[in-house]
Amino acid sequence: MQVNIIIFGQLTDITGTGHLMLTGVTDTNTLVAELNRQYPGLADARYMLAVDKKVVTENVVINEHNTIALMPPFSGG
Amino acid sequence: MDSKNISYDRYNRQILLKQFGEAGQQKLLQAKVLVVGAGGLGCPVLQYLAAAGVGTIGIIDDDIVALSNLHRQVLYTVHDIGLPKTERAALILRQLNPEITVIAYNERLTRHNALDIIPAFDIIVDGTDNFSTRYMINDACVLLNKPLVYGAVSQFEGQVAIFNANRQSIEPSVNYRDLFPQPPGEGEIHNCEEAGVLGVLPGIIGTMQANETIKLITGIGQPLINRMLTYNALNNQTYELFLSVRKEAASLIPANAEAFKATDYEWLCSSPPATFEINTETFDQILVDGNAAVIDVREIEEFPIVTEFSHLQIPLSQIGEKARTIATDTVVIFCQSGKRSLQAAQYLSGVFGDSKKIYCLKGGVLQWKAMHQQKESI
Repeated sequence: MQVNIIIFGQLTDITGTGHLMLTGVTDTNTLVAELNRQYPGLADARYMLAVDKKVVTENVVINEHNTIALMPPFSGG
Repeated sequence: MDSKNISYDRYNRQILLKQFGEAGQQKLLQAKVLVVGAGGLGCPVLQYLAAAGVGTIGIIDDDIVALSNLHRQVLYTVHDIGLPKTERAALILRQLNPEITVIAYNERLTRHNALDIIPAFDIIVDGTDNFSTRYMINDACVLLNKPLVYGAVSQFEGQVAIFNANRQSIEPSVNYRDLFPQPPGEGEIHNCEEAGVLGVLPGIIGTMQANETIKLITGIGQPLINRMLTYNALNNQTYELFLSVRKEAASLIPANAEAFKATDYEWLCSSPPATFEINTETFDQILVDGNAAVIDVREIEEFPIVTEFSHLQIPLSQIGEKARTIATDTVVIFCQSGKRSLQAAQYLSGVFGDSKKIYCLKGGVLQWKAMHQQKESI
């Protein structure tokens, strides 16, 4: 199964794209681990992780209908 | 509450709105809003709040107008370059709407003055451009129980949300710490100065902040409470995140005014290596504050012996095994000339990460003693 991931702000400097697809991830922990493996810069980055627009702070089961968002803080004004 | 005389002609078009009406206008006239930062976000916030008839508007900023501001800070002209932003903004707002009160604070909002300035206002609008001030404002608003209208931009994207609204008692309102408990390190996220920003973007986001502020004051619509809206200026897409309270967030906010004033927000947002070293004066201030573990990392027999202040002795060679015995949140390390203490600071920073503030005395105890002898001889 494939999971849709949308990446915001300067996190795209790390991923090189604002949109990713990942296969073989079943929950948010494995998703984060896989992202960190593919993009080591993400391991140190701060962001909110949302499943279908709802921010999650603990491990959540995901399926292919879910859209994941990675939202970093912005500082500019 | 005394009702103020409404200028029907001036506010006619919004009073006509059924949901808004004369009651809405009266609420705006009674409202007191503090806008922190008179820059890219602050300019449209100020213009629209003044135009809409918010009765008291505070502007706080210590910056002066620069040519590179003008592409997005639309209150200013080339004639304002070099002049204080608050002064120029206040002048223009008073011309725009002489019926309201504009208070200009030509200073930076800091942990030292925030708790004195913020209480006079009902709603705070964050139009700042750096993380240390954003975290400081958030924590102050939580302590003082003030709603905070947040806005921030990055290149082509912007974020808007209302924190700490406390309007619905059923569901607790999130604050910035629920989104991002700890500030990012220096260099992790760039500000406009480093990363650039499309001039119109803070105009859009700032206008949204003004809109949220007006909704909050008048009670119309669905303000962005426990929701964060992001807007992308390149493709016009918006994305809304639904926010919830995070367990650890509350413990990160200073518990009281005293703890707030003692929180070094600049430090929290900077990268450790550059800020390990402190000078004699800062060192002495930390001694006076008395909250830190002061550690001598020289070998036990080394001279000069320090009797001027109390401290622990953990030689550098033993720091690895004894690091975990350090219980305080702030650690200050010294040695003979400052080299070993820097090594120890780097090591402890690796062990504790962001959970402790770690400093080392530049120039070591030799320089410290020399400075104090010099002071005494003057």
